[in-house]
Amino acid sequence: MSRLLTYDGSFNGFLSSVFDVYSHKLKNPTIQPEHRAQTQLFGEIQHILTDLEKAGRVGKKLKQLLDTDAFNTLYRAFLSEEENIEHYLFDFCKTTFDLGGSPLGDLGNPKILKVSQAAKMVGREKHRMEAFIRFHLIEDQLFYANCEPDFNVLPLIASHFEKRYADQKWVIYDLKRNFGIYYDLKEVVEVTIDFKDPKPQRGIVNTGGVKGSRFRESENNYRDLWNQYFKSTNIESRKNMKLHLQHVPKRYWKYLSEKVE
Amino acid sequence: MNYERIKEKLEILADAAKYDVSCSSSGSKRQNKNKGLGDSSGMGICHSYTEDGRCVSLLKILLTNVCIFDCAYCVTRKSNDIKRAAFTVQEVVDLTINFYRRNYIEGLFLSSGIFKSPDATMERLIRVAKKLRLEENFNGYIHLKSIPGASDELMQEAGLYADRLSVNIEIPTKAGLKLLAPDKDHKDFIQPMKAVQKSIQIYKSEKKLIRSTPIYAPAGQSTQMIVGATGESDRDIMYSANFFYNKFDMKRVYYSGYIPVADDSRLPAIGTEVPMMRENRLYQTDWLLRFYGFDVREILNDQHQNLDMDIDPKLSWALRNLDQFPVDINKAEKRMLARIPGVGMRSVGKILSARRYRKLNWEHLKAIGISINRSKYFLTCDSREFERRDLTGIQIKNQILLTGSSKYSKNFTNQLSLFS
Repeated sequence: MSRLLTYDGSFNGFLSSVFDVYSHKLKNPTIQPEHRAQTQLFGEIQHILTDLEKAGRVGKKLKQLLDTDAFNTLYRAFLSEEENIEHYLFDFCKTTFDLGGSPLGDLGNPKILKVSQAAKMVGREKHRMEAFIRFHLIEDQLFYANCEPDFNVLPLIASHFEKRYADQKWVIYDLKRNFGIYYDLKEVVEVTIDFKDPKPQRGIVNTGGVKGSRFRESENNYRDLWNQYFKSTNIESRKNMKLHLQHVPKRYWKYLSEKVE
Repeated sequence: MNYERIKEKLEILADAAKYDVSCSSSGSKRQNKNKGLGDSSGMGICHSYTEDGRCVSLLKILLTNVCIFDCAYCVTRKSNDIKRAAFTVQEVVDLTINFYRRNYIEGLFLSSGIFKSPDATMERLIRVAKKLRLEENFNGYIHLKSIPGASDELMQEAGLYADRLSVNIEIPTKAGLKLLAPDKDHKDFIQPMKAVQKSIQIYKSEKKLIRSTPIYAPAGQSTQMIVGATGESDRDIMYSANFFYNKFDMKRVYYSGYIPVADDSRLPAIGTEVPMMRENRLYQTDWLLRFYGFDVREILNDQHQNLDMDIDPKLSWALRNLDQFPVDINKAEKRMLARIPGVGMRSVGKILSARRYRKLNWEHLKAIGISINRSKYFLTCDSREFERRDLTGIQIKNQILLTGSSKYSKNFTNQLSLFS
């Protein structure tokens, strides 16, 4: 029977697990986040507490051995939240320590390829969110946006939006994972909104528990102008719905006013 | 703001601007300044896609569709009986800022019909860009049209506020231009290109000495050609494109399949199908020139004046040059890897990286995303299995066409049946 290590689902939690595997010289460990752990298959289960010092040491070592690109690949693959991704991530870390350098180029190795592909997937979703986030101006000069990304990409997009919208307050809220990022003109912080409705209705208009969350009238006007622009810039004689759907898959439509109305 | 009136203008002036296919918002180095609005130092972003599958990245509008010229291929030509409208400078500024703040767009692409004179028009375009930059501290992307015939001084000023400037050459041959746009002169297109190119070079070399030199049109210049309006060959088009890439350091040349907008005996009739497949093959060729190290004469020459429609230009070249294959994946240099049909530039990068660790076989190649179906006739790898038969180009082509289904095969059969 092999041993199962569970952690809290955070990246630091995962790095803490890697630390413990090495410090206790555990053989063939399986690492899973506690909310997805399949406990019945294992003889021994151990919960790893997230320890920022331990995580920091592993992180520091990895950053020493990996270039930025390779470290980001590891982190992005982690954010894919794919089942069993920890298995591949652990292997990636182990190979890094064994080699004393980055294994990322070894795409002929299926385990490395897997990490690289998971990271690519997350990277694509990050890029999509940078494109498909739509802000709505609500009271208090706050620009608000809901989203439901396939992967946990809010940590990746924060700096993009911070650089771009440096002079406006904004919130991007992930309804799927129930947390958001808020920029208060100084820095980006993580926030959780206590939605009045326990199962918030998903879509553009729901701004949940945000104070004075009603749209201004001018807001609908801008949405209307945008929808008009979208319609007028289309060339009917070149219509190609297959290509259209490939670029804007239907699951994103409910947050895109030009596709909703 | 009178939304209804603005909406009406938007309807007319976005509709008139949409035939300009450029939508790029990348390649600029403009960063957010003093906690202002916007940043265009990253990669381009497409915020939506129209139903024709084209990217919506910029607010692409005309300042006005009033025009003193009468170019046959253009929907805003003087003699066309359509509704005319014009935005004020402030209206364009407000729309841009408000769309940008909501993350609808990467910036503005402003073009215009030519009212009064080229200089008057160019001056007005510059005023919009200047206001956005200086009064609104806007650091998003701005693409301005260089108006043919505008003076060098104005072009020099435009680049101080715009990220990209473009003049559309539209008709690839001089003879075609004479036929369809008799009041325009070929050198009116070239002059603003030259002025901008010169300024880019000057600012670049000054920047090397003095760091505080302002950036000038950091995303460079582009141009566009209409395809299928004047009976030009693919060779004519690509040789022109090559000329603009080399002579004027163009960042991009766009190819736009002609969409019939006029009943004019000099042009294809209204209702004629847009040559989308031809357009696609031209873009493929363009990519081969810019990223794959091909010379235009290898692909198009006296013997091959037009591209094959049923296969892509790289495969077509490979079939004509079978003596250069098969290529050994584990040994060949980058240049030859890039020439294998079914292997794109990204795959080339992956092969170069992965083969440092181990010899690659078919399984590896498949896993990293190479199209084995197309490439297997042209390569050998760490495996005893490879194509042993001595197939001719035509046999290989038929095999590939049989096993794969081109996304355009439907269009292709349609087009054939038109002539049969």
